[in-house]
Amino acid sequence: MNWLPPNGELHGITMDAMLRWNLAAVFWMFILAQILLVVALLRRKPATDKRTKASSRRAFLFAWLLPLLAISGLYARMAISSRRLWAARREAPASSRPVEVEVTGVQFQWYFRYPGADGIFGTTRAALVNAPAGNPLGLDPRDPHSRDDIVSSLLVLPVEQTVEIRLHSRDVIHGFFIPGMRLKQDAIPGMTAQVRFTPVVTGEYPILCSQVCGLGHARMQAHLRVVSQREYRDWLAVREHARLAAESPGPGESQP
Amino acid sequence: MNTKVGRFQLFTTDHRRIAVRYLVLGLVAVVIGTLLSLVMRIHRVWPAVAFPFYGTLRPEDYLAVVTMHGTLMVFFVLTVVPQSAFPNLVLPGQIGAEQMAFPRLNAAAFWVTTASLVVLLAAFFAPQGAPISGWTSYPPLSAIAAAGPGQGTGMDLWLWSIALFCLAAIASSTNLLVTIVACRCRGMSWGRLPLTVWSWLVSSALTVLAFSVLLAAAALLLADRHLGTSYFLPSGEVVNGLVMRSGKGSPMLWLHLFWFFGHPEVYISILPGMGLASSLLANFTRRPVPGYRLMVGATILIGVLGLGVWGHHIFVSGMNPYAGTAFGLTTLAIAVPSSAEVLTWIGMLFRGRLQPTTPMLFALGFLSFFIAGGLTGPILAQPALDSYLHNTFFVVAHFHLVMAMAGVFSVFAGIYYWYPLLTGRRMNERLGQVHFWVSLVAAYGTFFPMHLAGLAGEPRHYAQLSGPVASFANLIPVERGITFSALLLATAQIVFLINVAWSARRGSPAGENPWRATTLEWSPFPHPIARGQAYSYGGSAERDFSPQWQETGAGPVFEGLKKAPSPSD
Repeated sequence: MNWLPPNGELHGITMDAMLRWNLAAVFWMFILAQILLVVALLRRKPATDKRTKASSRRAFLFAWLLPLLAISGLYARMAISSRRLWAARREAPASSRPVEVEVTGVQFQWYFRYPGADGIFGTTRAALVNAPAGNPLGLDPRDPHSRDDIVSSLLVLPVEQTVEIRLHSRDVIHGFFIPGMRLKQDAIPGMTAQVRFTPVVTGEYPILCSQVCGLGHARMQAHLRVVSQREYRDWLAVREHARLAAESPGPGESQP
Repeated sequence: MNTKVGRFQLFTTDHRRIAVRYLVLGLVAVVIGTLLSLVMRIHRVWPAVAFPFYGTLRPEDYLAVVTMHGTLMVFFVLTVVPQSAFPNLVLPGQIGAEQMAFPRLNAAAFWVTTASLVVLLAAFFAPQGAPISGWTSYPPLSAIAAAGPGQGTGMDLWLWSIALFCLAAIASSTNLLVTIVACRCRGMSWGRLPLTVWSWLVSSALTVLAFSVLLAAAALLLADRHLGTSYFLPSGEVVNGLVMRSGKGSPMLWLHLFWFFGHPEVYISILPGMGLASSLLANFTRRPVPGYRLMVGATILIGVLGLGVWGHHIFVSGMNPYAGTAFGLTTLAIAVPSSAEVLTWIGMLFRGRLQPTTPMLFALGFLSFFIAGGLTGPILAQPALDSYLHNTFFVVAHFHLVMAMAGVFSVFAGIYYWYPLLTGRRMNERLGQVHFWVSLVAAYGTFFPMHLAGLAGEPRHYAQLSGPVASFANLIPVERGITFSALLLATAQIVFLINVAWSARRGSPAGENPWRATTLEWSPFPHPIARGQAYSYGGSAERDFSPQWQETGAGPVFEGLKKAPSPSD
């Protein structure tokens, strides 16, 4: 179980514990079954043994029905525990106002957009997409809400605060995968997926693409940096300032 | 018993000759598919290696190899051999029919399958090469030629190949369904069918349903590519710097259509192996299958439930989370009849004296892999856990064990077991045992460690383990071990090929019923009548079986036979 990468997410603790007992249960069932196969292969037994009705009823009960009920019970237990965790992660409403970040996958890059001081994501248009000119998401400059939006290729998040990701793709299906947050969600063009998670340990976590998306699929990687709330505010403030300085030129200057 | 396949006839309608052709087709596909997997394994651990006649692999080449490997193996090996070759070889015999219901449709299906394989392989020679979107071909990557190399002509060829394959599969399975329903010989009531025939009944019904949907999906995707429709394309697509025409479709439609086919496909390729395992375990322990009706019921239940679990492939696609829960429950439910079958098989091993012949060893191997791969199914069935494990090597390990290795080992069991039907000779036992043990160890060595890579979060379809995030560097030793095991696994198959060729001439003569089997494909009579249950083993030590073609009373009296329907029904 040391194979799992370090977990930094609130529900990830529960998930790791669940995965651990699930793996242990099926591992020992696997070992038991393989032992039975080997024993059956090595066993030497006279070919003629008379079975009575009572002995075959016993065999049916103890070698078939009861194990099957036990195994079915295990599956039911898995279904229930997994249902609880899934509900907590994907269905529960946010307890407090979450940090909102829009994540967009494009071949072969992740972009992270923060709504800025107004807290509203501005409109984007496909026709305006122009990565070389610094507008990879097609932000519409005419929309006032777009002016303070921050676009980053690094995902920076505050610790111990719930994050709501709005996941998009502009071209093909990508898979947004942060192993350290135990989070995976496909970015499907034409749809917005909303997923929430709560980082609880500061540090750097890799972000991968988990759905084959073209020749650069394997290098479609990014970083999540989980920082203290204070560092997060500072990081945002610096970028907001730079963004506004670039967007609203001082008096006398003309915008190109 | 017609033991020899005679003179070559191009358009033969003889089902045994068609079976041999399907086996050759499967062999061509499995050789190419295996070589492609070795290319992947070698590239992953030694990325600088130059391959003969090609050179070093580019990232898009790796993805093309993944795509072609998966397509060849799933369609042309794991579907063609259990679902087309084997039923052509023995199904008419097992139900006492002289011919298939539609011999010419059956022959046509073979040639369409061959055309499908040729079209698929032609994709290697297309401009920009073979498609790179994986065997699942999710749009928009598969819908827009500009989305990557190989997504132009290569992708078109892939889609045409799949469409042809669907047509052939539907035709071939319709033939099997009608043959089973309408062509059974006198006395072959439903309760006397071998479990292989029950498996083919269920898998053929699944094939007709699932491949029809895949055919429709392929047609819609071709329309999106060439007719300007947008079934799978939303508006606002920007691919390769180009703004695509607007559409109102969704890639989600493909995900649902594809997996509505894709999951039953798993059962299409594994159900025949399950039926064969039951038959071989009965034969080589000389005991009947206990709970025949339960086994039939479990097979049908797996088929029916198998149509309602496809959503577990797309838990993280943005499907409603409640739908995820529902599909998780149906998937855990299908594990119950599967577990029931496994418990029956294990029970069967302890009833009589086990004869470790090569076909029996491969049946045990099937069982071993079916358990190993099957047990991770309930883990992946849980959306909460799958949302971490999805598309990692854990899934690769899961389906290579439960579908690929279990499937291939049951295919080997079938070939070793039915070889005398075609050649009149047995395959060499010693070579068979070497083939089995080396393959078993190497297959576990290849696929078991992939669970660990998956737990570490390593995604599928990554040509390299490095990149901006070098988080998988510590997996390199595991990866290297997997590659060495894969090379050993492939090498062991040379022993099998030598055995097939050598035994055809030098194998020991098999005689009429070499395995002392009960089912009708071994009957010496051309027009048999079924006079008893499929698995009448046991009885006295001198005569421990009663073939279905034998007059009741000539052999030992079995408890189950007393209530059996009379031969005239």
